[in-house]
Amino acid sequence: MIKFLFKGVIRDSHRSRFPIIIVIIGVLLTVLGSCWLKGVMGDMVDFNARYYTGHVKVVTRAFAENLDQMPLDLALVDIASLKQELSGLAPDMQWISRIRFGGLLDVPDAKGETRAQGPVMGLAVDFSPESGEVSRLNIAKSLVAGRLPLNQDEALISHELAGKMALEPGDVVTLIGSTMYGGLTMTNYRFAGTVRFGIHAMDRGAVIVRLEDARMALDMDDAATAILGYFGGGRYSETRAQNLSDRFNASLAGEKDEFSPQMMPLSRQDGLHEWIEYAGSMSGMLVTLFVLVMSLVLWNAGLLGGLRRYGEVGVRLAIGEHKGHIYRSMIGESVLIGLMGSLLGTLAGLAAAWPLERYGIDMGFAMQNTTMMIPTVFRARITPEAYYIGFFPGLFSTVLGTSLSGIGIYKRQTAQLFKELET
Amino acid sequence: MQNNTIVQLDGVVKRFPVGRGQFTALKDINLKFKAGEFSGLVGPSGSGKTTLLNIIGSLDGPSEGHARVLDRAVENLSHREAAELRNYHIGFIFQTYNLLPVYTVFENVEFPLLLQKMEKSKREKAVMDALEWLGLTDKVNSRPAQLSGGECQRVAIARAMVKRPEILLADEPTANLDSANSHHILKAMVRLNRDLKTTFIFATHDAKVIKYLRRKIVLEDGSVTKDEKKEPRSKS
Ligand SMILES: Nc1ncnc2c1ncn2[C@@H]1O[C@H](COP(=O)(O)OP(=O)(O)OP(=O)(O)O)[C@@H](O)[C@H]1O
Ligand SMILES: [Mg+2]
Repeated sequence: MIKFLFKGVIRDSHRSRFPIIIVIIGVLLTVLGSCWLKGVMGDMVDFNARYYTGHVKVVTRAFAENLDQMPLDLALVDIASLKQELSGLAPDMQWISRIRFGGLLDVPDAKGETRAQGPVMGLAVDFSPESGEVSRLNIAKSLVAGRLPLNQDEALISHELAGKMALEPGDVVTLIGSTMYGGLTMTNYRFAGTVRFGIHAMDRGAVIVRLEDARMALDMDDAATAILGYFGGGRYSETRAQNLSDRFNASLAGEKDEFSPQMMPLSRQDGLHEWIEYAGSMSGMLVTLFVLVMSLVLWNAGLLGGLRRYGEVGVRLAIGEHKGHIYRSMIGESVLIGLMGSLLGTLAGLAAAWPLERYGIDMGFAMQNTTMMIPTVFRARITPEAYYIGFFPGLFSTVLGTSLSGIGIYKRQTAQLFKELET
Repeated sequence: MQNNTIVQLDGVVKRFPVGRGQFTALKDINLKFKAGEFSGLVGPSGSGKTTLLNIIGSLDGPSEGHARVLDRAVENLSHREAAELRNYHIGFIFQTYNLLPVYTVFENVEFPLLLQKMEKSKREKAVMDALEWLGLTDKVNSRPAQLSGGECQRVAIARAMVKRPEILLADEPTANLDSANSHHILKAMVRLNRDLKTTFIFATHDAKVIKYLRRKIVLEDGSVTKDEKKEPRSKS
């Protein structure tokens, strides 16, 4: 019987073409949308982790309460022993120190007078090969001009800022700020190169210096604003991060000191938690939306198609098929149509997502003012989910659409259906 | 039911709701059909032929009275029981053939047997027998759209008789056919009636059909006005 239905669906292009096309379109959009969301959200999480939050981040309790102000005076101290403790707790993770600080960049002219000045965000990075920071922050590949800072007091400046201040590699600039203890500090940096990360928040005005230079300048020997922890494979795991943080924080639960360290998983920082949940619910909403829209369309298509098929239903009743069987066979047909459409739609969706994964779309123009850690090039990401997610709206909508439109078979009197034969 | 009565109608009335009132399509019909009859309901358009055929075929129940078909009371049958009765015991032939257009000749004829869940080898033999009977063996894989009207109606007859039903109901089977094809079809049905003892009940106003009938029941305005038996026209 299934074979019989299958032949009918395949041969009757009127019956199957329109629903299949609808399903293909809906499934394609679902698959593409979910790949897109996964990609953008995944990149966002990934970028945040690399540049800002780590997979987990250790700061002082007091610092945690003022995260966005980057208060140097609340920085972590005794970094070396703390790192040792962390490595003991999670030996497979990489623990690195960073210092973030605010400052004023002053560009002197030939006479030593101020030619240009502007606020900058400083980031002190461990350039040693063991830290993996150069590749984690993608610094080498982001270099637009010049080279990496190799010598003492060399710095990188975001390309945009360098352009604005008319700086060339080799120029000397002064960074004015305050030390960890509140004193004024002025350090001259020779500027080694310009970088463009493709993240608006970084590209607007970042100065990257070597960790050891910043420690000297900011009076932060054996201190850092944060220690970031990264999992071995480079992939974020919410449960692991949460577990680790719970364990670490529990071990220090007795401490009263506001300078005692505290660990936060990526998701607990900067509202990322909401973003991750939002991405999850967006996928769900997308599927629900397509189920609804497609069901409506298919319901109506089914009603129209059903009219065309009253004759057929009439004969089948006359031949001795009962209504339930006819109804079920129509549902069976819709499952076949749903499966075929979902399969084709998924293939089409994957085919459409592929170039988006590879090349992405540059959305930089839309993010001129954002401070979020979002890459400017948005990419899709094809996850295993993409291979099956389209089958939910695809199958559900065909079956629902047919179930609704097929109710007419029950509502009408047998003889009435049969009457349609004569006209 | 005594001796070989296969259909018995007692005081059958059929009313249809029309607007706010009701229209009485059949008024107090009392008829008996015996196994092996070759009979027809004859009468002008709107006289109630199709309505009566539908009740005999258990597609519709009477508003009043009793219709017994093969020892079952049509008015008491559930949907499922009525479908079962049609599936195993009653064949329908229509004016407009009503073949399933997407299926081949073979598949159309096979369909009733698929519903019966007959096993494959038996099914294929039965289908080929029926097609042979109606001279369609060279059209096995054709689609209805590729057939002439006469051929379509022969496929429809094959589909109706493939399950060897006791009763075949034919509603204006020749209305869309020319006279050569009409005779061809009628001869096939006469042969079925003779060789398989299938009971035939026609609904028709076609003189060509009427000539073949051995019993003519005249319906007028929902009532039987004449019920006459004829001797077989020829003994071929
Ligand atoms: N479902 C229905 N609702 C209302 N009236 C109906 C219905 N079915 C049949 N009728 C009416 O009952 C009468 C008999 O109809 P029926 O179809 O039995 O006639 P018929 O003898 O088969 O005519 P024809 O030769 O044109 O096929 C007609 O007047 C028709 O309008
Ligand atoms: Mg009629």
